[in-house]
Amino acid sequence: MDALDLLDLDSLIEETDAALREVVRRFGAERVAPRVPGWFERADLSPDQVRELAVELGSIGLLGMHLHGYGCAGTSATAYGLACLELEAVDAGLRSLVSVQGSLVMFAIHRFGSEAQRQQWLPRLAAGTAIGCFGLTEADFGSNPAGMRSTARRDGTDWVLQGTKMWITNGSLADVAIIWARSIDEDGQPGPIRGFVVPTDTPGFSATTIHHKLSLRASITAELVLEGVRLPADAVLPEAVGLRAPLSCLDEARFGIVFGVMGAARSCYEVARDYALTRVQFDRPIAAFQLTQAKLAEMAVAVGQGTLLALHLGRLKDAGSLLAEQVSAGKFANVPAALQVARTARSILGGNGITLEYPVIRHMLNLETVLTYEGTHEMHTLVLGAAITGIPAFR
Amino acid sequence: MAEPRRVLVLVKYVPDAAGERSFADADSTTVRTTEGLLSELDEYAVEEALSLAESGGWEVTVATMGPEQAGAAIRKALQMGADAGIHISDEALHGTDALGTSAVLAAAVRKFSDEGGCDLLLCGMASTDAGMSVIPAMLAERLGLPQVSFASQLSVEGDTVRIRRDSETATETIESRLPAVVSVTDQINEPRYPSFKGIMAAKKKPVTTWSLADLGIEPAEVGLAASWSPVTEVSKRPPRGQGTIITDDGEGGVALAEFLAAEKFI
Ligand SMILES: Cc1cc2nc3c(=O)[nH]c(=O)nc-3n(C[C@H](O)[C@H](O)[C@H](O)COP(=O)(O)OP(=O)(O)OC[C@H]3O[C@@H](n4cnc5c(N)ncnc54)[C@H](O)[C@@H]3O)c2cc1C
Repeated sequence: MDALDLLDLDSLIEETDAALREVVRRFGAERVAPRVPGWFERADLSPDQVRELAVELGSIGLLGMHLHGYGCAGTSATAYGLACLELEAVDAGLRSLVSVQGSLVMFAIHRFGSEAQRQQWLPRLAAGTAIGCFGLTEADFGSNPAGMRSTARRDGTDWVLQGTKMWITNGSLADVAIIWARSIDEDGQPGPIRGFVVPTDTPGFSATTIHHKLSLRASITAELVLEGVRLPADAVLPEAVGLRAPLSCLDEARFGIVFGVMGAARSCYEVARDYALTRVQFDRPIAAFQLTQAKLAEMAVAVGQGTLLALHLGRLKDAGSLLAEQVSAGKFANVPAALQVARTARSILGGNGITLEYPVIRHMLNLETVLTYEGTHEMHTLVLGAAITGIPAFR
Repeated sequence: MAEPRRVLVLVKYVPDAAGERSFADADSTTVRTTEGLLSELDEYAVEEALSLAESGGWEVTVATMGPEQAGAAIRKALQMGADAGIHISDEALHGTDALGTSAVLAAAVRKFSDEGGCDLLLCGMASTDAGMSVIPAMLAERLGLPQVSFASQLSVEGDTVRIRRDSETATETIESRLPAVVSVTDQINEPRYPSFKGIMAAKKKPVTTWSLADLGIEPAEVGLAASWSPVTEVSKRPPRGQGTIITDDGEGGVALAEFLAAEKFI
């Protein structure tokens, strides 16, 4: 039996998907894992380093990997999930880079963009030579994006964007931003929320990096200001009309999160198991004590269950039948489970558990962001509540 | 455009050194692991063939002889970018020694060559399991081809292959006419990761399976029974004992030196 794959879930993974996963695992371990603790500790991951990472990720084929055409690899959704798992086993910041680029930005252009927009941006985004960001959240509108204040006013055939966006991953280094704003026609009448492909060198676009984060420190987060950003008619995503569009992008990224957090959990479990087997107290390895064994059993089973759930959702997605509510169920179940594993692992490591010498507290802190972004845990609870009862309780 | 020249890379499927080993095979002559993979030393040969192909005008085929699972070694090479694979597989091959293996491989090379020509044969410098390093030489002998071994650099110009071989005392540059058998070292290049596109494309690449009958070899000529030097038994080595721990109380250096001297390391 493999203590790190208690339920033999590897046997559920197709050969091609396993080969893809192996590449990500090796890349993560060799190229990124040694540098992540330093980035996290100093919170000094630079825009240039992100660009370098993106090019490496792109050359492997990780960016937009499960999209088809335009330089994308066209893998299964399950393979994409497994890639997220391996990336987050290194750090959620790395996984966030891939989620935002592939599932939010590239997916938005692929799904809702014009052919010209796809041709212009997707190959470069897939190669990692261009970086994208996704601006939905505002300082006053997080869980309730429908209330957003950013506007896109029609002026002749142009659009003029006005507003601010908050908590935008890679906002201050992106080459292109997908910006969501309430449309306003020439008579000043509000219309549906629309999405725009905004080159970040357009006059009026500016971004400031957000500091003092104690989570996702190996990832750049920014506030965007859109001050009369004038765009030509062809900057709008033609197929994205209404809030359903950005929310469907989030469904895509969230699918990766359901897998990703199990990578963080696996990493914590693995470290805790090694530690428990070597740390001696009262003349025995602490793994010999029943209380520690109970913790290890809980962690191993939680990682197995969460990964099994993720794989099941992967199968549904590959079959084309996955529902948004099922992805919500995945995030609802797996993020708290991963947090619990991280906290339990933290306790097994004792004092060492609070240092950055081990990845555990880093994962634990990162998971606090994951619990909140891509729809907070509470919002997914309400989504499930609405699905189960038919009664929405959001407001 | 001219027909591409054809390089055949001979690769081996070996036990994963990191995997669990068991020794309880029916005839207890085989070390089994749950996991196997493309021999790391053969990755260098595949990489060298791929960079030849990237320079233009070459088509890369990989061949392996081994049981069904050995197909994984071919798939890995296809994922890295090779164009096609040949899997030589036959029940009767179980337990074949190096002499038998070289006879089978030679027959496969002849068949490959008959079907479309063979301009270059590449091998790793040894397998990571048996580690005998004899196959390239045996193969060259059987095929009547020149052999240049342990290449740490390789280039092809026209019908000539030029390699560099580094020994402890000298660096040699050796030329040979093509076709030739060349074995490469782990210094020759840095094997690439398969890219996602490579992995996806590999699913559609052709892999041909050849049996002994396809190669015109009688089962009795190979296998354990025909082996010149059969392995009669394999058993597990006892685990290594605990190391000696020297506590440094100011005399640690001296104790360390005494230990090394006692073990005849210094
Ligand atoms: C590091 C990081 C990166 C991010 N990256 C991006 C990005 O790239 N792009 C982007 O657009 N956004 C991004 N976000 C934003 C993220 O999606 C939001 O933080 C999230 O949607 C929550 O919004 P909020 O922070 O305003 O919290 P709020 O919505 O104010 O929520 C505060 C609390 O109230 C609860 N709550 C709110 N409404 C209800 C209700 N009806 N019933 C019960 N409870 C409720 C919430 O669940 C939560 O617990 C990022 C966030 C972080 C932290």
